[in-house]
Amino acid sequence: MSLRSPLRRVTGLGSAKGGASHWYAQRITAVALALLGLWLVISLATMGGAAHERVVAWLASPVAAAFAVLLVITAAWHAVLGLQVVVEDYVGDKGTRVGVLLVVKFAFAVAAVIGVLAVLRIAFGVAA
Amino acid sequence: MAQRARPLSPFLHYRWQYTNTLSILHRITGVVLSLGFLLLVYWMAAAAAGPERYAAALDTLGSPLAQLVLIGVTFSFCYHLLNGVRHLFFDLGHGFELKTARASGWAVAIGAMLLGVVVWVAVRAGLGGGA
Repeated sequence: MSLRSPLRRVTGLGSAKGGASHWYAQRITAVALALLGLWLVISLATMGGAAHERVVAWLASPVAAAFAVLLVITAAWHAVLGLQVVVEDYVGDKGTRVGVLLVVKFAFAVAAVIGVLAVLRIAFGVAA
Repeated sequence: MAQRARPLSPFLHYRWQYTNTLSILHRITGVVLSLGFLLLVYWMAAAAAGPERYAAALDTLGSPLAQLVLIGVTFSFCYHLLNGVRHLFFDLGHGFELKTARASGWAVAIGAMLLGVVVWVAVRAGLGGGA
C-alpha cells in the first residue's frame, strides 16, 4: 500500500501533457525538412566539386547560409522528436529512459550549435 | 488495487503485414537519418575549420565504410521523405481507403529505390565523384 492514490500515480503520465505540441512540432518540422532536404540535395548536386573553396563559395551566399542554418536547427529538432518516441517505446526502465533521452537531447543540441556556428563561420568569411 | 493481466501492445501479437513493414522502415530510416545529420554537421564543421581539416574529413567520408553509410543515409532520406509525405496526407484525413493506402505504400517503396539511385548519382556527380 502507498500513501499515493492510484489517480496520483497515473496523473501526468502518457501523452496528456504535451502530446499535441510534440505531434504538431514533428509535422511542422517535417514539412520544413521536406523543402530544406530537397534544397540540400540540389545544392550538393550542383556544387561543381567537393573542394573546400566550393563549399565556402556555396555558404558565402546569405540565402544558402540562412537555409543551411534553418536545415541544421530543424533537422536536429525533428530528429530529437523522433528519437524521443523511439526511446520511449523501446526503453522500459524509467531511469534508463530518462538518462538515454538526456544524452540524446544534449548530443543533438551540441551538434546543432556546432552546425550553426560552422555555417556562420563560413558565411562571415572566417574559414576562407 | 487488484493486479490484472495488462493488455499486450499490438506489435507483440499482430500478424506481419505491409502496414507495419512500412511503419518500422520509417522508424529505422529516421534513426539512420539522425546519424546522417551528425555526419552533415561533421562535414560542415570540417569545412569551417579550414582547408587542411576539411581535406582530412573528405578522406574519412570517402572511405568504403563511410560511403556505405552514406548510401544508407541517401536511401533512408528518400524513403523517409516519400513516406513522410504519405503520412502527412494521412494526418489530413486522406488516403485511408485500403486500396489507396496499399497503392501509396507500394509507390513509396518503389519510388524510394528509384529516387535513391537518382539522388546518389546526382550528388556524387555534383561533388565530383570524390565524396
